[in-house]
Order: sequence, then structure tokens, then C-alpha cells
Amino acid sequence: MSDKAKDEAVAIPAQSDGTTLTKDPAPGEVLLKVTGLQKHFPIKKGLLQRQVGAVHAVDGLDFEVRAGETLGVVGESGCGKSTMGRLITRLLEPTGGKVEFEGKDITHLGVGGMRPLRRDVQMIFQDPYSSLNPRHTIGTIIGAPFKLQGVEPEGGIKKEVQRLLSVVGLNPEHYNRYPHEFSGGQRQRIGIARALALNPKLVVADEPVSALDVSIQAQVVNLLDDLQQELGLTYVIIAHDLSVVRHVSDRIAVMYLGKIVELADRDLLYKTPMHPYTKALMSAVPIPDPARKSAKSERILLKGDVPSPISPPSGCRFHTRCWKATEICKTTEPPLLELRPGQQVACHHPENFEDQAPQDTVLLSDAKEAAELVSDEALAESAATSAAVAAEMGVSGAGDTETAESAEPETATEPAESETASESTKADAGSESAESETASESTKAEAGSESAEAEAGSESAESETASESTKAEAGSESAEAEAGSESAEPETASESTKAEAASESAEADAASESTEPEAAEAESTEAEAAESEPPAKEK
Amino acid sequence: MTELSKSGAAVGEPTAASPAPSAFLEVRDLKVHFPTDDGLVKSVDGLTFQLEKGKTLGIVGESGSGKSVTSLGIMGLHTAGQYGKRKAQISGEIWLDGTELLSADPDHVRKLRGRQMAMIFQDPLSALHPYYTIGQQIVEAYRIHHDVDKKTAKRRAVEMLDRVGIPQPDKRVDNYPHEFSGGMRQRAMIAMSLVNNPELLIADEPTTALDVTVQAQILDLIRDLQKEFGSAVIIITHDLGVVAELADDLLVMYGGRCVERGPAEKVFYEPRHPYTWGLLGSMPRLDRDQQERLIPVKGSPPSLINVPSGCAFNPRCPYADVPKDNVTRTVRPELAEVGSKHWAACHMSQEQRERIWTEEIAPKL
Repeated sequence: MSDKAKDEAVAIPAQSDGTTLTKDPAPGEVLLKVTGLQKHFPIKKGLLQRQVGAVHAVDGLDFEVRAGETLGVVGESGCGKSTMGRLITRLLEPTGGKVEFEGKDITHLGVGGMRPLRRDVQMIFQDPYSSLNPRHTIGTIIGAPFKLQGVEPEGGIKKEVQRLLSVVGLNPEHYNRYPHEFSGGQRQRIGIARALALNPKLVVADEPVSALDVSIQAQVVNLLDDLQQELGLTYVIIAHDLSVVRHVSDRIAVMYLGKIVELADRDLLYKTPMHPYTKALMSAVPIPDPARKSAKSERILLKGDVPSPISPPSGCRFHTRCWKATEICKTTEPPLLELRPGQQVACHHPENFEDQAPQDTVLLSDAKEAAELVSDEALAESAATSAAVAAEMGVSGAGDTETAESAEPETATEPAESETASESTKADAGSESAESETASESTKAEAGSESAEAEAGSESAESETASESTKAEAGSESAEAEAGSESAEPETASESTKAEAASESAEADAASESTEPEAAEAESTEAEAAESEPPAKEK
Repeated sequence: MTELSKSGAAVGEPTAASPAPSAFLEVRDLKVHFPTDDGLVKSVDGLTFQLEKGKTLGIVGESGSGKSVTSLGIMGLHTAGQYGKRKAQISGEIWLDGTELLSADPDHVRKLRGRQMAMIFQDPLSALHPYYTIGQQIVEAYRIHHDVDKKTAKRRAVEMLDRVGIPQPDKRVDNYPHEFSGGMRQRAMIAMSLVNNPELLIADEPTTALDVTVQAQILDLIRDLQKEFGSAVIIITHDLGVVAELADDLLVMYGGRCVERGPAEKVFYEPRHPYTWGLLGSMPRLDRDQQERLIPVKGSPPSLINVPSGCAFNPRCPYADVPKDNVTRTVRPELAEVGSKHWAACHMSQEQRERIWTEEIAPKL
């Protein structure tokens, strides 16, 4: 193929073609609903092919896809994301659960039953080399859906195929060429054209760009973007590249070992990931900025590999690699709960949020090992951010009942005192706050912020034992209050200004109760942090 | 390329008789051409660079830009094409620690291979032999260069597996490659390549087949091991994130030639070649706020049989029509110094590129 032709072939599709294709899917309406979706692949052994086990590829998924949105699905290899894609397009039959498309149950429809739906649900495959039949011309490949569905497009199949080719930025004259005459990026465009042929409502794209070069990847990502805008498509995009997923998705589901661990709006997920796995996954993405070479410490390394889906770990499936795992993680599976509007998480000890199981503070031995791989900075940060968010919750609750001012200084210093009393009883402090929290979850005014502070205290105690013990020797409440606020402050900058209010009151208290030089020090750090906060919050 | 040699390291014209360079590894005007039925494939067409010990060079480029061919060329693995009638045509010079490899005796190079220079391949499953245990393969690599008995060598293998973070190395050493997961295979590959403490390590897309979490582990491992052994590392990848993590110097390849070379910071923050701009614009970034659209490089990579005359990037270059002074389009731009230790090959004047970068490209990234 000449260079000239190539250049033409990759031009951005003409806008004019889009209009005729557009249908009206009411945006925001639930297009696809999945409940408790399961797929177990049996493992058979021996002469009789008896089933000896099963690969739990997908093990209970619940999610919805709304018309017009893009749902991104990320996870490591083997987490079941591709199986999920094939289940919702019904290329595989689910073992359990339910798939509803436009309100119609399609879970167990047969080949014939699915056929009319195939117009509406299409798939783009990962490998553009193996997903196109090498013995068919492009015209035959893209025209096949029309023949199979018995659809006669206006002006004939050939004309329609050529129109589709120009929609995806290929030269319509290439109608009679074979797949081997195209480059990887162009083949992926052919795959996209085929998926669009019948004007589907839902397109499931399984790793649509991972086989392509960076520069070509960007072309295809932009193409998918344009097509969505022009044709009002709904996408489920499965990928392992987190930066690509962030770029294309409105909402993102993070999968781990056959389950969704976090499902959230894009910005929430990337700014304040709640599940430790999400956090680790994101910190592992190499950032193309050499200045961050030294920032290796920010990275959370996960130990070992993903456990086998044949016998997934009990309780939370991530507990074998999580640095926050406690006994409850081993025994009880955390449900996928909407902890914040637009952010569903399945975790007992989420990041950036108040602990769901604060009474459980003893780390598993696995978790201790895992924590060794996590830098102190990351640990301190996670402690501080969750404390800050919890404080925010507490403060906002207090604000509602208009007792904020009076409640604040007390609650802020009280737990700190208990810390000073005996450092070894931090577990006590934890359970105490847990009790009060569960007791008055709805009113939350004091209890919320109290538990938050206790948390901050105990967690910073872990990461900064050295500094705290010296402070404890000093034996002054103010020193304690300072320890708490100091560790929380610098890290929370981007999190909230509410935390600032809380620690400010703590600081005020400290200053009034003691004239030690440390208090002054605390003040200065506070002032600095306070200064840096507003711009950070802007975004 | 001659211009580079003049302006770059203090070496004269690259002729066969030129003296040994001061750098640990120096590649001068390397050309690797493959004759095919359709014509001569110029996979690498005049590549020059230096690498010091303890430093990391990142080579980035699209598939087919000649990255891997370069690394195989340095390792002296191209002559292996003896099965067919045709051989790769290699010219230029590769100096490794004072020895010129291309003109050296193949037996001598074989002694260096594995001992002084080692390679980590992209796909560990196809690079490891499925029929032998991991241990046997590492032992073989060790015993070729060291006159020790099998027991000692096996102890060394266990030690290396432990060093690269494989749990229970004494048991795992007797496993076959298929019993390892992808990340562990790559670790085993690294253990094998490091078993002889090579001074030059070439990692060809070492993490492309791996998940991000495992990739992070492997990158950290390579970095730590480099610190420990003080080797020179060449890391070949298409992922700018990976090179930003590891590389001190960066070499951007396009169509078999180097289009930009310099310290990593320079290439990332003040790139002076439109292709580098394209690469930077093509990738969505997690560390920045969401861009509305990516800025892709239009078109696809050139055929290496018919490399466009003049600048190879010309057909895809968005600035190909920018008026240039006294330049004929059909002349190939040579690498010219654009900053300290920073070279780029572009017909646009320095000022033009500086303006385009700061005004048009950088704000959109």
C-alpha cells in the first residue's frame, strides 16, 4: 500500500456520516443490568472426566451500564474481565446470576434467541490479527453482519460498507483488500467498523488498543471517542492500562479475582481510590516524568502474584496481599457498598474513608509482610487521608447539628489523651470509638469525629512509633495532640479543608494547655499546611 | 552521523581503524540490513551512542523502529541467520570495554556473551526452554563461564533466584518454566542473565507482557540490581513511563535511525523533535488532569524497505510544511546538538522548534 493511501486511510472520519446512524437511546437509562453474575469453568480429570474443581473466573458481579456512558473495566490478567465481557455479550453462558439487556433477561437465551439481540450488542476484540478472517476481503468481513441478520441497508450492502469504512477513517476503495494488507491500527479500525455495522446500542471492547503502538493507540482511542459522540454509543471497555481507561471511561470497575472491588465515577476513583487494591494498582503505573524517578517510595508494591482462581482466598479475596488486612478480612467477605455517592467499594478498611470495621485492628501476619513492601510514606499518607476523610464526615455531621464549635476542641483532644495514658492500649481506643460510632451512626456529630481522631492517633502511632514514644515521655497532652495533627496535616492537603479545622482546634488546645516550644512548632507547620491547602482543593 | 561523532564524544571519524573509545559501550554508525525478496530492509540505519557503566540508556520507538534489532546486534546474535542463505548485513562498530565486537572472532564474542553482556528478553515463556527446569538453565549459563561443579552452580542458581525475589528458591529451582507465573518467569530470566554478573545488561521490553503491579516489581528489581552490580543497562521499550522510571539517557528511534538523544530530563521536558512530541502527546497520563483528546501521530510507521527520502518522519510530521531555511526536503536531517549532550535530527531551526514546543505542544500535554 502506498504511503499516500495510508495517510488518507487514517484521516479522522467525516462528521456528516454520523447523523443517519444515530438512534435515540435515552441517555442515563439503564441499558445493561448484571446481578450476581458467575462463570465457573469446570476442571475435569481422569478417564471419566469427573469434575474435580472449577476456575472461578467471574464470581458474583453486580453492575449497571447506562445508555450513553462508558464503563471501563480494569484488573490484572486473570481477574476475569475478559470473561465478564464475553458473558455480557453472551458469547459464554453464565453459571449463575442474571444479565438483563434493556429490561429483558438474556441470561440463558439460546443462539436463536440471542440473534435479534446481536444487532444491539457488539464486540471489538483485542487482537486485530486473529479476529479477522484472513481469507475474506474487508468488504465481506464488514458486510457479514448484514447478511447474517438479513438486513438490507439502504443503497445496498456495498455502499453501506464503504460508508462504514470512511466512518472509521479507512479508504472506502479498500473494499476488496484482504486483512494482511493492513497495519495493526487499520485492522483494529476494520474490527470497529464491523462492530458498528448494525448500529448497535452497546459495544463491548476487550482491550481494543493494547496490541497497538502508542501513536496508533491514540488514534484508535480518539476514534472510539468520536464515534461515541456521533452515534451515541454505549461502551464497556475492558483494558489493563489504567491511563487509557481513565481517558475513555465515565465510570470504572476495578476487578480482582472475579469480583468487582471498586466501582466508581472516574474522577472519584483516580483522586480518592478507596480500595487498597485500586490504590496499589494505580501507584504501580509508571509515570512518564523523569522527575518522579526519585519518588519510588510512593509506590505500593504488592507481594507475590494473584492467587489462583481455582481456590480463591476466603473472605476478602485481596486479603493475602493487602497491607491492611485484619481477621475480619479473612473471614467475612466485604459487600460492595456505596460508601460515597458514585463510589461503590468492597472493603472492610477502605482508604480515604472511615474504617468499616474499626474494631478489628490487629493486622494479619500476611498483612504485616505486605506492609513491608509499602513505604512508610504511603502508609502514613493512607492513615492520614482516611483520618482526614473521617474527620470531614464527623465535622459535617457536627455542622448539621450546629454543635461544631463546642464539640470540636473536646473531641479532638480527648482521644489523644487516652493515647498518652497508655500507648499499648491503642486497640482499646479503637474499640471504644467503634462502639460509640455504631451506637450513634446517624447522629455522628461527636462520635464520628471522635473515632476519627482516635484512628488518626492509633494509625500514626504505628508508623511513627519512635517519635510518639518520645512524645509520650514528655507526658504532655499537647505533645500528643501535636503528634496527631502533625502526621495528619502535611498529607491531607489535597483531601479536605475540614481536616484543617479539626486539627486547628487541636492545635489551639495544645497551645493553650502548654507553653512548650513544640507547640509553637506545631503552629508553624499548621500554618504552612493551611496555606498550601486552598489551591490544592481548587481542582 | 558523522556530525554526531564530532560533536558528541571526543572521537574522530568513525573508521574501522579508529581508536578504542573511552566509554564503556560505544556504538558507532551501526547498520543492520536484511536482504529480502522485496528489497533491503534497513532495520537499523546508522545508529551512534555511548553508555557508561552504572548508567541506564532507554531506547524508545514504535514497533519496527529498529530497537530490538539494535540490541540483538550488540549481542552479536544476528549472525545466527545461517539457516537461510541470507545473512544480516551489519556494518559499523560496537566497542564494549575496549573490544570491537563486530570484527572480533565469533568465539571471543561467545565468551563475552552471558559473561560480560547479557540480555533479558521480552517474552520469558518463549525465551526459556520448556524441557529443562529453571535450575538446569541457570546452572548451564553459569557453568559455561565458570569452571565449577554442578552442586556449586546449583547453589549459585538458588542464590540468584532468591535475589530476584522468588519465594522458596530451593524448591522452585527444580520447577519447569510452565510452573511459574508470568512475573516469576521474568524474574527467572533476570536471574539467569545476572548469574555471571554481566557488566552490560540489555533488557528488551522486559515488562511489556506483564501486569502493572508485576511490572512495578520487576522495574524496582532491575533498578536495585543495577545499583548492586553497577552494570550498564540498556532498556528497550515503547512505554515512556517505563523509561522515565529507569533511564538516565534516552534515545528515540524512528525508521531505523535515532531522531533524538539526550538526558532523560531534556528529552521529556524540552524535546526537540516532532516525533518525540507525538509520542508524548499520544499517551494518556495519570499524573495530569484529564485531557480532552489525545494528540496522536497521524499515519503509520514507515516501511523499512522504502524509507521516505529526506526525513523519515516527513509524511507523518504535522510541521512538515513549516518553511525551513536553505533545506532541501529530500535531504535527510542529521543529528545536531540542540543542548548540552542533547541531539535531535530535524530540518526546522532550533528557534522554530523551541517556539512550537513551548507555545503549541507543551500547553496541550
